[in-house]
Amino acid sequence: MLEQLQLLGRGGLQAIGGLGRAHLLLAGMLLGLPQMLARPRLLLAQVFNVGVLSMLIIGVSGLFVGMVLGLQGFYVLSQFGAAQSLGVMVGASLVRELGPVVTALLVAGRAGSALTAEIGLMKATEQLSGLEMMAVDPVKRILTPRLFGGLIAMPLLAAIFSAVGVLGGWFVGVGLLGVDDGAYWSQIQAKIDFDEDVVNGVIKSIVFGFVVTWIALFQGYDATPTSEGVSRATTRTVVHSALAVLALDFVLTALMFGN
Amino acid sequence: MARTRSIEILVGAFMAAGFVALFFLAMRVSNLSAGTVTDGYLLKARFDNVGSLKERSPVTLAGVRIGRVEAITFEKATYEALVTLRIGREYDNLPTDTFANIFTSGLLGEQYVGLDPGGATEFLRDGDTVGHTQSALVLEQMIGQFLFNKAAETSK
Repeated sequence: MLEQLQLLGRGGLQAIGGLGRAHLLLAGMLLGLPQMLARPRLLLAQVFNVGVLSMLIIGVSGLFVGMVLGLQGFYVLSQFGAAQSLGVMVGASLVRELGPVVTALLVAGRAGSALTAEIGLMKATEQLSGLEMMAVDPVKRILTPRLFGGLIAMPLLAAIFSAVGVLGGWFVGVGLLGVDDGAYWSQIQAKIDFDEDVVNGVIKSIVFGFVVTWIALFQGYDATPTSEGVSRATTRTVVHSALAVLALDFVLTALMFGN
Repeated sequence: MARTRSIEILVGAFMAAGFVALFFLAMRVSNLSAGTVTDGYLLKARFDNVGSLKERSPVTLAGVRIGRVEAITFEKATYEALVTLRIGREYDNLPTDTFANIFTSGLLGEQYVGLDPGGATEFLRDGDTVGHTQSALVLEQMIGQFLFNKAAETSK
C-alpha cells in the first residue's frame, strides 16, 4: 500500500520535474535569440530541415484532404440542394481547423521526431558536452535556431496545406462533380472572413509550431543518452506533440470562435 | 559553398511558396478582396425587431452592397433595437427619406439591411437617423397571422 503511494508520488514528482526542466530549457533557448540573430545561417539551415523537407508530405496530404472534403461535402450538401456551398465547407474547415492541426501532426511526425533523434544522438555521443568544453552553449547554438526554424516554418506549411486543399476541393467539386465554378469561389469569398478565419488559423499554426518544436527539442535534450533512451524519446515526442496539439486546438478554438 | 547556396535557394523558394499560399488564402479564399468597408459614415436606424441580423451583415442599395452593419444595441427608452450602419464614403447621396428594411436573402439565407432611396433633395449625413424602417419578417408571426386569417374566413 505504502509502496503504491510512493510510486504515485515519484511519478508525480518526475512529471513536475520534467515540466520544470522543459521551462528552464525554453528560457535558455529564448535567451539565445540575440546570439542566433547574429548568425542567421544557422536559422536558415533549420528552416530548410523543418520547412523545405516537409513540403512534399504537406502538399500531397493537403491535396488529398481537400479532395476528400470535396467528395464528402458534395455528398451531404447535395442532399439539401446546397452543393453551391461546397467551397465554403472545404475552405472553412481547412483554414480554421484541418490546415493548422493536420500540418502540426504531420510536422510532429516528419520533423519533430527527426529533431529529437538528432539532439538525443548528439547528447548520447557527447557532442553537446564537447561544445560545452569549448565554451559554446549548446542550448543557444544548437537548440535556439531549431526552435525558431520550426516557429517560422509551421505557419507557412499550414498556409500551403490550406491553399492546396482548397484547390483540391475545387478540382473534385468543380472539375469532377459539376459544381459551378463561380459559385465555388464567390461563396468562399462571401463567407470566409480574413480576420476571423485566416488570421486565426495562422495564429493557431504559430502556437502549434512553437509547441511541437519545443516538445521535440526538450525530449531530445532530456533523453537518456543511450540508443534505447533516444528511441523512447522519439516516441514520446510524437505522442506528446499530437496530444498537445489536439488539446490546444480545442482551447484555441473555444477562445477564438467560442463566443 | 555550392551546398549553402542551394539550401538558401530552396529555403527562399519555400518561404515564397508559403507567402504565396497566404496571399492566395487572403485574396482568393477570404473576403479581404471583397472590399470590406472600414471607413465611411455612420447612420442610425431603429427597428422594432431585427430578427437574426448580425453585426457585419451587408447593407445594400438596389442589391449592391454599399456598407455593413456596424453595431446592434438595445435602446432602453424606446424598447427598440438601435442599428448603426456604416456606409461607404462614396455613397453620400442617400436622401433623408430613405427607407431601411430588413430582408432575408433566399428562404433560409442570412438577413441584411436593404435601403430604398426616397425622393427628398436633402442627403443624410454622418450620425443621422434613418426615419422609416421596416422590421424583419418573423416566420412564426407570419404563419400565425395566416392561420388567424384562415380561421376568420371559415367562421364567416
